[in-house]
Amino acid sequence: MKIKETLENYLFVFPAIAIFSVFYVIPFFWVFHLGLFEWDGISFTKIFVGLGNFKEIFLQDKYWWQSMWNATYITFIALTFQNVVAFMLAWACDREIKMKNFYRVIFFIPPVLSEVVVGMAWRFIINDIEGANIINRMLAGMGFPNLMHNWLSDPNTALTTVALVHCWKGFGWGFLIFLAGLQTIPRELYEAARVDGANAWQSFRKITVPMMIPVVVLVAILTVLGTMQVFVLIVSLVGGEFAGHTAVPVLRILASMRGSSRFGYACAQGITFGLVLVAISFIQYRFSKKER
Amino acid sequence: MWRRGLGIFVILLLSIIGCSSNSVDLKPTVTAWHWMTDRDAAFQELAKKYEILTGVKIDFQLYAPSDAYSQKIRAAAQGINLPDIFGILGEKRDFASFVKAGHILDLTAYMEENNSNWKNKFFPKALAVNEFASGNSYGINPGVYGAPIDIMTIQMVYNKSLFKKLGLNPNQPPKNFTEFIALGQRIKDAGLQGMVSGWGEVWMVDCFANNYAFNIMGKEKVLATIRGEVPYTDPDWIKVLDIFRQMKKSGIFASGLVTMINKSAEQLFANEKAVFAFNGSWCVNVYKGMNPALEYGAMLPPAVGQIYPMAIWGGAGSSFMVNARSKNKEEAVKFLSWLTDQDQQAYLAQMTNNLPANKNSLSKIPEVLAQFSRGMEYATHPNIWGVSEFSLVIEAWDRGIQSIIIGEKTPEQVAADVQKVKERELAKRRAK
Repeated sequence: MKIKETLENYLFVFPAIAIFSVFYVIPFFWVFHLGLFEWDGISFTKIFVGLGNFKEIFLQDKYWWQSMWNATYITFIALTFQNVVAFMLAWACDREIKMKNFYRVIFFIPPVLSEVVVGMAWRFIINDIEGANIINRMLAGMGFPNLMHNWLSDPNTALTTVALVHCWKGFGWGFLIFLAGLQTIPRELYEAARVDGANAWQSFRKITVPMMIPVVVLVAILTVLGTMQVFVLIVSLVGGEFAGHTAVPVLRILASMRGSSRFGYACAQGITFGLVLVAISFIQYRFSKKER
Repeated sequence: MWRRGLGIFVILLLSIIGCSSNSVDLKPTVTAWHWMTDRDAAFQELAKKYEILTGVKIDFQLYAPSDAYSQKIRAAAQGINLPDIFGILGEKRDFASFVKAGHILDLTAYMEENNSNWKNKFFPKALAVNEFASGNSYGINPGVYGAPIDIMTIQMVYNKSLFKKLGLNPNQPPKNFTEFIALGQRIKDAGLQGMVSGWGEVWMVDCFANNYAFNIMGKEKVLATIRGEVPYTDPDWIKVLDIFRQMKKSGIFASGLVTMINKSAEQLFANEKAVFAFNGSWCVNVYKGMNPALEYGAMLPPAVGQIYPMAIWGGAGSSFMVNARSKNKEEAVKFLSWLTDQDQQAYLAQMTNNLPANKNSLSKIPEVLAQFSRGMEYATHPNIWGVSEFSLVIEAWDRGIQSIIIGEKTPEQVAADVQKVKERELAKRRAK
């Protein structure tokens, strides 16, 4: 009887395990396997190099680590600026304000737009000769003509500009999740706090923040995973890696695959990048458990 | 009941007879994959014409943009399900990989039939791109592995109306590099942009640099460098890199050149915002679509050195290959031979403003396209050099040039960086 029950249980989870294995586990190991070869992606012959590709990534490929650093920088801005803005807006919309439903719709428009469209639109807004040069005109209008320059072609500002456009596109997701989280907090807690004489700041600090920690962790994990893999926006904003200043890991993987025809190496880069993302998510998860 | 049974039997019998191969002589359908959005309508039209003539249906399938097409072709090669006819985008080493893997049919025997009738139709430089010479470094059997359908040259164009506005002779583009960069300040003062190009896509930077490398040190030294016999720190290579520093300093570059995609560059030139553009002969069609009234002329990049001639990239623009494993390969070869005939090539040139690969089809092309075709005299291409540079070296080189343009590195620093990568790659090759 017990065996039958166990078999039944396995039968129920089998489809999920099969789908997960076919679409995630097997491809992961297959890509890892390809990462052990030198292969151009076309020939039928592959040269086994063992962990040589991984060794090259870790010890010689400075472009790869520069791209990791760039992605980390964009992620840092998204984690801080984007999520703080998203949280503040969600908090505002959770309160009794006029036209809050209108704001909810407006804030959710950027995330549903295609990254290519967003990139091209912002390129038009920012760029001085190809576009409308709106940012520079505004700066001049506000009395800061000395700040006018080509934001996307200046190595000092290109990556930050990309990061800010990414935040504009991405904050709507955070806003939506934060808003859903805020709405699950029982209103009675705030009423009780008010009766006890707590002001708005104290209610926020003692009720909202602790209750929102699991949501914040979720948004942080999603932000890290989404932002580290950004590349379409970069291609449409600055055309590519721009002397390495806007290089990100996915663009490097593509460059190895297409530009250099090093499929094996690209697979090794993909595995390395995947493991880094898993590690970051794991650390965030452990951290959130500790906090709770 | 038996009547019903008989009825079913008769229907089955008729169906079987109807399906018999002897009753209808079915012509095959030849499938061709391509990425050329601007040529698709013309291809479809030619396919219809060919079907009427021969009964063979040609199914042209467009997969654009070129990046997506490139991925599709690679995936199809890995899965051994390439179409009967296809094109390859990439470098010569990619082409060689396809040939080595047995995906591409050697067309030499077909080309040389009837006293090389087919082969002699083409501009030799157009054919050379698809050819592997004996003793080639890729280890491919010598032969012709593709049929060029058009040719291209990548050179410079200048806006004649803006030349007039600047007080310059519209029929006299700058004769040398000094004259060229001297225009930088004048262009800036007039509130215009200097030179635009898609240098955000680095291969065009590489192309421009190669032109000057040939002009400054000659082909032999360039090839010797690729073979690893001359370092990139050689003074001539530093001179090549210094071209970019000088251009930047003179103000001849348009603002934001290093992040510019070619489509934007084409728009800026077509909208008369930029005086010069570095672009391929395909631009004639693009500019015509964007601004039919645009007055411009083609010119070679202004030379620096006097000893060696200026070289430009040119040769086959697009080529088609035949799948060696296809059961329709004979039909595919026949179609390609027909497609590259004088009339079809003239039609393609007329419809798409691309230079025909057939040298007998040049009679009815616009003047500016004829100027591009005259550039063929100076044309070269990495695909015909017989040696190719390591891709990582090319990447370091292109990135380095971008760094010079944005004032981040000096030519000497870039040369040292590139040489370091070159030495590493040479050491790896020796270790193998």
